[in-house]
Amino acid sequence: MTNIDQGPRLTQRPELERPEIVQTGVLRQSLSITRRNLIHIKRMPEMLMDVTIQPVMFVLLFAFVFGSSIDIETAAGYKAWLLGGIMAQTVAFSSFIVAVGLTADLEKGIVDRMRSLPINPASVLIGRSISSLMHSSIGLVVMSLTGLLIGWRINTNVAEAALGYLLLVGWGFAMIWIGILAGSAMRSVEAVNGVMFATMFPITFLANTFAPTDNMPPVLRAVAEWNPISSLTQAVRELWGNDYPLREGAALPLQHPVLATFVWILVITAVVAPLAIRTFNKRTAS
Amino acid sequence: MSEPAVLISGLRMQYGDKHAVDGLSMQVDRGSITAVLGPNGAGKTTTLETCEGYRRAQSGTVRVLGLDPHRQRGQLLPRIGVMLQAGGAWSGVRAMEMLDHIASLHAHPLDTTMLHDRLGLADCGRTPYRRLSGGQQQRLGLAMALVGRPELVFVDEPTAGMDPQARRTTWELLEEIRGDGVTVVLTTHHMDEAERLADQIHIIDQGRLIATGSPTELTSGGRSATIRLVVTRPFPDGAPESLRSELGPETEVAQLDDRSMLITGPADGGTLGTVSRWCETHDVLPESLTLGRASLEDVFLRLTGRELAS
Repeated sequence: MTNIDQGPRLTQRPELERPEIVQTGVLRQSLSITRRNLIHIKRMPEMLMDVTIQPVMFVLLFAFVFGSSIDIETAAGYKAWLLGGIMAQTVAFSSFIVAVGLTADLEKGIVDRMRSLPINPASVLIGRSISSLMHSSIGLVVMSLTGLLIGWRINTNVAEAALGYLLLVGWGFAMIWIGILAGSAMRSVEAVNGVMFATMFPITFLANTFAPTDNMPPVLRAVAEWNPISSLTQAVRELWGNDYPLREGAALPLQHPVLATFVWILVITAVVAPLAIRTFNKRTAS
Repeated sequence: MSEPAVLISGLRMQYGDKHAVDGLSMQVDRGSITAVLGPNGAGKTTTLETCEGYRRAQSGTVRVLGLDPHRQRGQLLPRIGVMLQAGGAWSGVRAMEMLDHIASLHAHPLDTTMLHDRLGLADCGRTPYRRLSGGQQQRLGLAMALVGRPELVFVDEPTAGMDPQARRTTWELLEEIRGDGVTVVLTTHHMDEAERLADQIHIIDQGRLIATGSPTELTSGGRSATIRLVVTRPFPDGAPESLRSELGPETEVAQLDDRSMLITGPADGGTLGTVSRWCETHDVLPESLTLGRASLEDVFLRLTGRELAS
């Protein structure tokens, strides 16, 4: 950029003015860090397993193994109904992606390296979040295509279809904060794996994601229906026209799933974001 | 511009019960290469990390380019370069890519290809970080510290793991950037590195500054000599005292262990003669007796009674 006239010198010659000290903008820094995170994926494509092979496998396994014994009264049956649930699960797991990436960077001293550079500390987190959102979005595309193949269709209009995807991405955004919190709090990638699996699996399964809540025992049903993942799943199903009528007396969030999902996104972000930033700062401030 | 590049006074850092830095004061002049020398665990890295703003000084003051490295970090970071002791790169990242990435985070980076060539990394630009040799990783670390055109660079153990030729290249590079007015602060536990490179040396031990000066000042300009005496059987009781009384007040005698002693004194033939006569009269059989110009190693031994490298 400004060093053409300096020849093979490592620093400016004494008679030359030192370039004015300016910092790059936080946007440029974040995009730079995003780009590197994406290069990392390009270099290790197996990182995409969790948003490609894994959800496709889930779709196929559930659709054909459970699908034959679970009867859902919609036009396309269980397979179409299932898709919203698997999409909700996959975006919920985006917290996992953030947490593992952040812990790995902390472990390898990358965050320390970044802290030696004239950049806004937030750009490390913003860059990580943007690349994770892109990462999970790949999963949404892959699953939509798989769904189309096995007979899932969006039976509403473009606006409602888009709102469904928007809710999923919004949910992914809220999950980023959980990922940053877990990633900053855990000491190793192995610990993140253990804790996230042990918590995210029950949370995403104890819901209406893979099986209807109607036949669950009352206590379990109450928990499942109030589970935020259920609101998201129900909202997406309704927006795409893959749902069947709710049972009488279903929990309040399920009766207004789109609104409930927005509220959940806001509440999770408002509660977890400050905690996550505090934990990250504490972890990096030695 | 006359204010020092780094000014530390009364710095104390404590981890639990351990005083990593214990009332350290030192100064680094602009445009110089200053070596902070000390054994492992002396507090070198903690001191450097405090200067870089990674840690807040628990007590005492630290000023880097006139700024508080913790509170005024945002102003300081564009003006300094930091070479980390280890890590700081993704294992799969290619060397050139890593450098370009770091460059993209600076407003006016140096040309990365030129930097790569100068550091002899040209033929491993596409090699993943984990497959670089230790010395190549170090050189890449140095390139990352220099790419933002810093006024002041902190380099932590810059030549650890390098072969002799890479070490010389790195030294030349550090001398060159000093020639351009950049201040270099380096930590090392290699005496030869400090002696060869530094304008000023601060020796620290157990978190305290124990000596300061140019390499010539510290080694008394070659006017003093050191004799290392290693014997076959343990010394008799009171051996150092009896040797000291024969050598006179200008000579220092330090017993290193039960079979070796370090004698520092005026560089003349008399000292050696006296030592060998003493061995004869005390029925001590020397295994080796070596005479040399006092080196920094000896200075350190004399000051702390311990070997530096161990």
